[in-house]
Amino acid sequence: MSAPIEKPSEKTPLLSVRDLIVEFPTRRGTLRALDRVSFDIAEGEVLGMVGESGAGKSLTGAAIIGLLEPPGRIAGGEIWLRGQRIDNLPREKMRRIRGRRIGMVFQDPLTSLNPLYTVAQQLIETIRTHMDVSDAEARKRAVALLDRVGIPAAARRIDDYPHHFSGGMRQRVVIALALCAEPELVLADEPTTALDVSVQAQIIDVLKEICAERGASVMLITHDMGVIAETADRVAVLYAGRVAEIGPVRDVIQAAEHPYTAGLMGSIPTLTQTAARLTQIPGSMPRLNAIPRGCAFNPRCPKVFDRCRTDRPELIDRDNGRHVSCWLYDSATQKVAHD
Amino acid sequence: MTELHKPRPTGRFGRAWDSDIAYSFRQSPVAVVAAVVSLILILGAVFAPLIAPYDPFNPASLNLMDGFTPPMEPNAFTGNVYWLGTDNQGRDVFSTILYGARISLFVGFAAVLFAMTLGITLGLIAGYRGGWVDSLLMRVADVQLTFPSILLALLIFGVARGFIPPAYREAMAIWVLIVAIGLSEWVQYARVVRGATMVEKNKEYVQAARVIGAHPVKILLRHILPNVMGPVLVIATIGLALAIIAEATLSFLGVGVPPTQPSLGTLIRIGQQYLFSGEWWILLFPSITLLALALSVNLLGDWLRDALNPRLR
Amino acid sequence: MLAFILRRVLQSVIVMLTVALVAFSLFRFVGDPIVSMLGQEATLAERAALRDALGLNDPFVVQFFSFVTRAISGDFGISYRLQQPVMELILSRLPATLELALVSGIAAFIFGVGFGVYTALRRGGWLSSSIMTVSLIGVSLPTFLIGVLLIWVFAVELQWLPSFGRGEVVDLDGWWRTGFLTESGRMSLILPAITLGLYQMTLIMRLVRAEMLEVLRADYIKFARARGLSNRAVNFGHALKNTLVPVITITGLQLGSIIAFSIITETVFQWPGVGALFINSVRFVDVPVMAAYLMLIALVFVVINLIVDLLYYLVDPRLRLDRSAAGH
Repeated sequence: MSAPIEKPSEKTPLLSVRDLIVEFPTRRGTLRALDRVSFDIAEGEVLGMVGESGAGKSLTGAAIIGLLEPPGRIAGGEIWLRGQRIDNLPREKMRRIRGRRIGMVFQDPLTSLNPLYTVAQQLIETIRTHMDVSDAEARKRAVALLDRVGIPAAARRIDDYPHHFSGGMRQRVVIALALCAEPELVLADEPTTALDVSVQAQIIDVLKEICAERGASVMLITHDMGVIAETADRVAVLYAGRVAEIGPVRDVIQAAEHPYTAGLMGSIPTLTQTAARLTQIPGSMPRLNAIPRGCAFNPRCPKVFDRCRTDRPELIDRDNGRHVSCWLYDSATQKVAHD
Repeated sequence: MTELHKPRPTGRFGRAWDSDIAYSFRQSPVAVVAAVVSLILILGAVFAPLIAPYDPFNPASLNLMDGFTPPMEPNAFTGNVYWLGTDNQGRDVFSTILYGARISLFVGFAAVLFAMTLGITLGLIAGYRGGWVDSLLMRVADVQLTFPSILLALLIFGVARGFIPPAYREAMAIWVLIVAIGLSEWVQYARVVRGATMVEKNKEYVQAARVIGAHPVKILLRHILPNVMGPVLVIATIGLALAIIAEATLSFLGVGVPPTQPSLGTLIRIGQQYLFSGEWWILLFPSITLLALALSVNLLGDWLRDALNPRLR
Repeated sequence: MLAFILRRVLQSVIVMLTVALVAFSLFRFVGDPIVSMLGQEATLAERAALRDALGLNDPFVVQFFSFVTRAISGDFGISYRLQQPVMELILSRLPATLELALVSGIAAFIFGVGFGVYTALRRGGWLSSSIMTVSLIGVSLPTFLIGVLLIWVFAVELQWLPSFGRGEVVDLDGWWRTGFLTESGRMSLILPAITLGLYQMTLIMRLVRAEMLEVLRADYIKFARARGLSNRAVNFGHALKNTLVPVITITGLQLGSIIAFSIITETVFQWPGVGALFINSVRFVDVPVMAAYLMLIALVFVVINLIVDLLYYLVDPRLRLDRSAAGH
C-alpha cells in the first residue's frame, strides 16, 4: 500500500510516523493496538492527539520514544525523526535520543518522580547524562529551568524532595526534567489529567510557552478537546488504533469531516452554542479483539453505507491540509452522491 | 487480523478447561508435576493401611532380626527383602513412610483448617466491628508477623506443653501441635478477610439486611467468602507446606508428635542416628518424601498465586 | 520524630510486658516450683519457709511485679534441670549463638540481595530461572533437613568438615569464647552457617526480586528511562535504592528470626548455643530456662524492630520531616 500522506510541505517534518503497527501477542491471538497509524509533526508545531481511552494515544507516544512495554512490539511501519529512522535503532542509540531529542511528560506527577532523590539530584543526573557539563554548571541550568517553569525560590527549593511539592508544582518539575536536555520534540501524555482543575491551565501554558521559546514541537495527548482547542495547531483523532482524521484544530472543531469526529465535537459544550443540545455517539468503541471489518467505526456511524462494512478506508488527502479516513470522501462515492 | 481469535467453547467442562486458570495450569509443566506428586503422596497417605505391605505399629509383625536390612537386598538372617530396607527395629521403611506421611498430612491439614477458621472469624470480626477490637487484633497480627511461624509454633507448643499435666502430654501432643501450628498462621487469612469486610460492610445490601432483621454478619460471610476465595486458597496451600514443615521440624527436634506415632520428621530424627554407621536408607527415604511433599505443595501454591495475580508475572 | 520514637518505645514495652506475663504464668502455674526446687523429700516446714521467702503467698500483681524487676536485673532463678542460675547458663552460651547468627546473617544478606537483583533484571534468562527454581527448593527444604543432608555429604561421605560442636574456642575477656580464631573453630562454623543462612538467603532473594520487579514497573522508573538515563543508572541508581527501603525492614526482622531459627540448627549440629539449651528445656519442661529464653527472644525482636523502624526513618525522606508535622 502506498503512503497515504504525501509530504505536506517542501520541508522534512520533524517527526514522521508512517503506517505504524503495534501488536500485543496474547494467548487468544495477536491484538493489534495500533493499525497503520500515520501522521507528521512539523518543526515547532503542537499536534494534539485525541481519542477515547484505549484508542491508542498513549501507545503511539510509547512507540515513538521506544518504551513500549513488552510483550507489546512495533510490528510494522516506520518512525522518522528529522530524516533519521528511529524505530529500529539499537537500544543504546535509542537511549541517547530519549531525553536528549525526545522528551516526555507523564500523566501523574505524584508517581513520576523518584521519592528518594531530591529534585536537584534528578535534574543534574539527567542533564549530565546528555550534556558534557560540570556538576556546578548542570546545577545552574537546573535552577534556571525550575525558575522558568514557575517554581518560586527555585535556588532553595531545588534541594527539596518531590513530596515537598504540591501536585501542580511537581508537574512543573516533571516538565523541567523532560526539557532539561533541550529536546526537539516533547511528548506530553495527558499532562494535566491528574491535576486539580485550577492548575491545569497553568501547566498547559507553561508547557506551551517553554516549548515555543525553544522551538520544540509538542505532541499533546489528551482526551480534553478544550485543551486541544486552546493549545494545538493541528489535531489527530484516533479511533480503535487508527487515525480517523487529521487537520488544523480550528477546521476540525468547526467542521469535522469524519462522522466520529463530528460526534466527538458534538459532545463538547462550547460557549458559543450553549443552547444547542449536546449529542452523544451511541454505543462504545470496540474492544481490540472485536474490531469490525471495514471501517472500525461503522457500527456506530450515522452515515454508514455498504462499503464501510467491507473495506477499510485509508487516509484521504482533502487538499486543504486535512486528511480523513472515511469513504464519504472517496472520489468514487462523491461522484455517486453528486449524480 | 482480528479474525485470529479462537471461538470460546461451551459447556461447563469446556468452559472450565478453557478458563485462564486451567490454561495457565496446562502451560506450566512445573504445576502439573507438582500436582501429580502431591496427589500421589496424599493418596498414598490416605490409603496407607491398604498399600503398606506391613503394619509398622503392630509389634507382632516385627522381627528384630530383620533390623537394618538394606534396600532391595535379602536380610542376612531371615532372607526377607524390603524395597526401601528396614530400620533398627526391623520395620519396613516404605510402610513407615506411608504411615508417617499420613500423620504429617493429618497435622498439616488440620492445622491449616484451624488457622483458616480462626483467621476468617477474627478477620470478619475486626473488619465488621472496627474500633478498638480491630486495632487490638491487627496489633497482635503485626507483632505476630514479625516472628517466623515455625518458631512461633515451637514457642506456643513449648508453653502449652508446660501447662498440660505430664500424664496427658503424650496423648494430647498431636492436638496441641495442631493448635500451635494453627495459631502461628492465622494472621494472613485475617488480613485478607478484614480488608474485604471493610469494603463490603457499608454496601447497601448489608444495610438492607439489617433493616429486615437478618444478621448482617451472615450476609457478609456469604458475600465476602466468594470474593476472598482466591487469596485464601493461595494462603492455605502455602500454609499447608509451612504446616508440614513446622510439624516435621518439631518432631525432628523431639518435641512434636510422640514416638509412638512417628511422622516424617520423627523418621528423619531416627534415621539421623544411623547416619554415621552407614545405614543411609533409614534417613534418606523419609527425607526425600518430606522434601517432595513440601516442595510440590509449595510449587502449587506459588503457581496458584501467580495464576490468580497475573500482574506479578 | 520524638513522638514517633516514644510511641514505638511504648509499644515495645507493652509487648515485653505481655511476654513477661506469659513467662511468669509459666513459672507460677506449671508444676509446683517448691517441689521442683527442694525435691519431694523436703519437710512441710521447709516448704512453707521457701514459699514465704519466694513471696509465693503474695498477691498475683505483687508477684508479677517482683518477677519483672528480677527479670530486668537478669535474675531468672535456677534451672530445674541443671541446677545453675539461668542467666549464667544463657550468657555462657550466647557467644556461640551470636557468632553463628552473625556469619550466616551477613552471608544471607549479601547473596540474597545479589541473586535477587540479578534475577529481577535478567528475568527469563536461564541462569535466573535456575536460581529461582533452586531457591524454591531452598524455601521448601526444612532447615533441619538441610543440616542433616549437609552432614551426610560433607561430614560423613566426604569427611571435609566436622559434623558437630564448635571446635576449639579461645577465651577472650573472661566470658566471650570465640570460635573465629582457630582453624577447627572456623571449619566447624561452615556447615551450621550454611544451614542457618540458606533459608534466610532464599527469603531475602525472593523478596528483593519481587520488590525490584514492582519498582521497575513504577512510573518514576519509566520516566527515568524516558529521560534517557543509562540502564545502569536506572537499575542501580533508581530501582535498587527504592527496592532496598522495604528490604531493609524485612531483612532486619530476618536477623531476629536467624537467632530464633538457630534453635533448629544448633540441635542438628549440637552447637553449644542458647537455642539447643531452649530445646532441652522444652523437652524436660525446665520452666525457668523456657521463661528466660522466651523473654530473651522477645527482647531481641523488639530491639531489632525498633532499630529497623529508625533505619527506615533515616532512609526514606518522606517519613523524615513531615510525619510529626502532619500529626501522622
